[in-house]
Amino acid sequence: MKIGVFVCHCGSNIGGTVDAARVAEASREFPDVVFTSDTMYACSEPGQDGIIQAIKDNQLDGVVVSSCTPRMHEPTFRRTVERAGLNRFMFEMANIREHVSWIGKDKEANTNKAIELTGIAVEKLRRDQPLFAKQFDINKRVLVIGGGVAGIQAALDCADGDREVVLVERESTIGGKMAKLDKTFPTVDCSSCILGPKMVDVAQHPKIQLYAMAEVEEIGGYVGNYEVKIRRKAPYVNWDLCTGCGLCMEKCPSKKSTDRFNEQVGSTTAINIPFPQAIPKKAVIDPKFCIKLTKGKCGICAKICPTKAIVFDQREEIISESVGAIVAATGYDLFDISKYGEYGGGRLPDVITGLQYERLLSASGPTGGHVKRPSDGKEPKTIVFVQCVGSRDKSVDRPYCSGFCCMYTAKQAILTKDHIPDSSSYVFYMDIRSPGKMYDEFTRRAMEEYGTQYVRGRVSMIYPQGDKLMVRGADTLMGTQVEVEADLVVLAAGAEAAVGAPQLAEKLRISYDKYGFFMESHPKLRPVETNTAGVYLAGSCQGPKDIPASVAQGSAAAAKVLALFAKDKLENDPMISLVDMKRCVGCGKCVRVCPFGAIKEIDVRGEPKAEVIETVCQGCGLCTATCPQGAIQLSHFTDNQILAEVNALCQL
Amino acid sequence: MPALAGKELRIVGFLCNWCSYGGADTAGVGRFSQPTDLRIIRVPCSGRINPLFVAKTLLSGADGVLVSGCHPRDCHYAEGNFYARRRLEVFKRFLPTMGIDPDRFEYTWVSASEGQRWQKVVTTFTEQIHKLGPAPRFGFAHEQNPATAAAC
Repeated sequence: MKIGVFVCHCGSNIGGTVDAARVAEASREFPDVVFTSDTMYACSEPGQDGIIQAIKDNQLDGVVVSSCTPRMHEPTFRRTVERAGLNRFMFEMANIREHVSWIGKDKEANTNKAIELTGIAVEKLRRDQPLFAKQFDINKRVLVIGGGVAGIQAALDCADGDREVVLVERESTIGGKMAKLDKTFPTVDCSSCILGPKMVDVAQHPKIQLYAMAEVEEIGGYVGNYEVKIRRKAPYVNWDLCTGCGLCMEKCPSKKSTDRFNEQVGSTTAINIPFPQAIPKKAVIDPKFCIKLTKGKCGICAKICPTKAIVFDQREEIISESVGAIVAATGYDLFDISKYGEYGGGRLPDVITGLQYERLLSASGPTGGHVKRPSDGKEPKTIVFVQCVGSRDKSVDRPYCSGFCCMYTAKQAILTKDHIPDSSSYVFYMDIRSPGKMYDEFTRRAMEEYGTQYVRGRVSMIYPQGDKLMVRGADTLMGTQVEVEADLVVLAAGAEAAVGAPQLAEKLRISYDKYGFFMESHPKLRPVETNTAGVYLAGSCQGPKDIPASVAQGSAAAAKVLALFAKDKLENDPMISLVDMKRCVGCGKCVRVCPFGAIKEIDVRGEPKAEVIETVCQGCGLCTATCPQGAIQLSHFTDNQILAEVNALCQL
Repeated sequence: MPALAGKELRIVGFLCNWCSYGGADTAGVGRFSQPTDLRIIRVPCSGRINPLFVAKTLLSGADGVLVSGCHPRDCHYAEGNFYARRRLEVFKRFLPTMGIDPDRFEYTWVSASEGQRWQKVVTTFTEQIHKLGPAPRFGFAHEQNPATAAAC
């Protein structure tokens, strides 16, 4: 075998702390290596051309590139060697950037380490075999999880691309957080006026199947062929019959139900339609508050319903769907403001979240768009906004910036002045973060045109005095203490991962960070892809995002789905397990251990043997570690290859 | 290839491609400096790791072995790390029987986003191995029998 080794300087990224030329020179000593060189940027066009030329000039059978992480450029270089006529699996990479040059400054130690890592790559390559992909069919339906603005955009774009979409929404209506907003920054557009038509499009699109009040229960399968189980909760109303007339809401005697849509500002009836523009516009009974379901009496809604749609004994159901790709768009939830005991959130009725304030401002909200204090219904004259409640604060384990709070606070200050012209607003802030088109101009308008008082500093405590709230804080620019007598305090609660996000990530087999946000494949270059093929991300489930970014990601995820579906067949990753029939004793351990059901028992001349279904195998190698005979081997990660790497490191 | 004389000890890591290998990448991208001893062998899943790999590595002269995979319940292949956890936990208890200090072997869970955690894991484990010093060499002397040396 003839092996070529290419050591990349990566500018000064590797070259700065690793002597790349010495790595190339030392690599000549490795068995089967006939050619080595060091190159400035192996991934650049001249770098790749150099590799191709060297393969041709030296009749190389395999290539090792020592550069960055294979998670970054392995596909790039596989294509390079393929262009030179080699099988793309006759290639190995040594990671001498992320694992060497970037984590230490000792050039001597780094160079030695880089040589060793190159050495184990050579040993692995010496035992590589050419591998060939198999083709398999693809189911061109897509599942979108979450019906907020990102999910809506992804669903509509996929459906417009003529693909069937299954949209699953946990609440009884789609629209997500955006549907709760009164206006949007920086244009002060009416939120429901711009989202509403999109929601209607979802309802009417012949390619979209919407499951509201439903959650993903189980996900099996792999890219192109996912099997999904969806748990649909019982609304206690036959939605095929319900016309959304709202008569039941008028007559329902249980009027103290939790109003989730209005962020618990006020209460609603036990049977309710969350808001007038709800999609689907169907009634739902809250079983915790329904008198019939809790006490067995009442049933007024059933008597009054003109279509006889009420079904008190409805049960939840499990629906199975087959899809080829999945878009996760599960959004965010708000930080629990009661964790700041000194602010009195959850204890003092007039300390509310920004989203609750949106409902007070909204014409379709519980107060009909008249700003009233929750405690006594009076119109507030002095309003204090406190920013960064649950963001940029290590003490509550939320060190990240929620991103959009600065902007919505400015918007709310502007709207407050519009609603109550003789009011005055104060904003306590740490920094104003307003990067975005027309964003900074917007915050300036809040200050200059609308006379909002911006105070740079943190609030230390909020306490009631008479029917007022005393807000005590620091003005760090003036170097003084400030006390404001407020009628209403609005806390800009930070965004955190949606409830249940980690559990969903585990079902999707994607990574999530310690806060529960889903992890993208690459923070810069693959922002909507995950490391699980066929699973994409959109919106705030990946990290806090404002509406334009969420919409952009929804469209981006849809583009990825449509590109995947543009092919009629998908190619499997040929790094899969294969059975050596002579060694297999038919014990069936591999069959039982395989998480994908990719191994079946077959009969070979009266003896049981294992066989791998090549397009189903995902290449985890669990079977290889289980087989007592070493008969089933994961291609490209065989026992011999891994042990050869160990030997290369341990030859003393 | 000898470990850098006097400075480094021989520490081998088996890392799952999807989580810990990515976590080590994230640590690199964040320039979280780490001791240079560790050599990483990439495997698709911690469930791919046969405990005998670890035994073989330690018996071949490594001073420490570190295995790292996805957090339990967060496996890219659904359940590979559950198998890994069982196998490695049982394996760890056998180490004293083989005459190996169990502190020379560690398994841990690091996700692809946990660069800082990876830095901590590597630093702590390397310090632990340095405290133990070089592993005692087992009976067969390489210099006397080159055939054994080549085979190990």
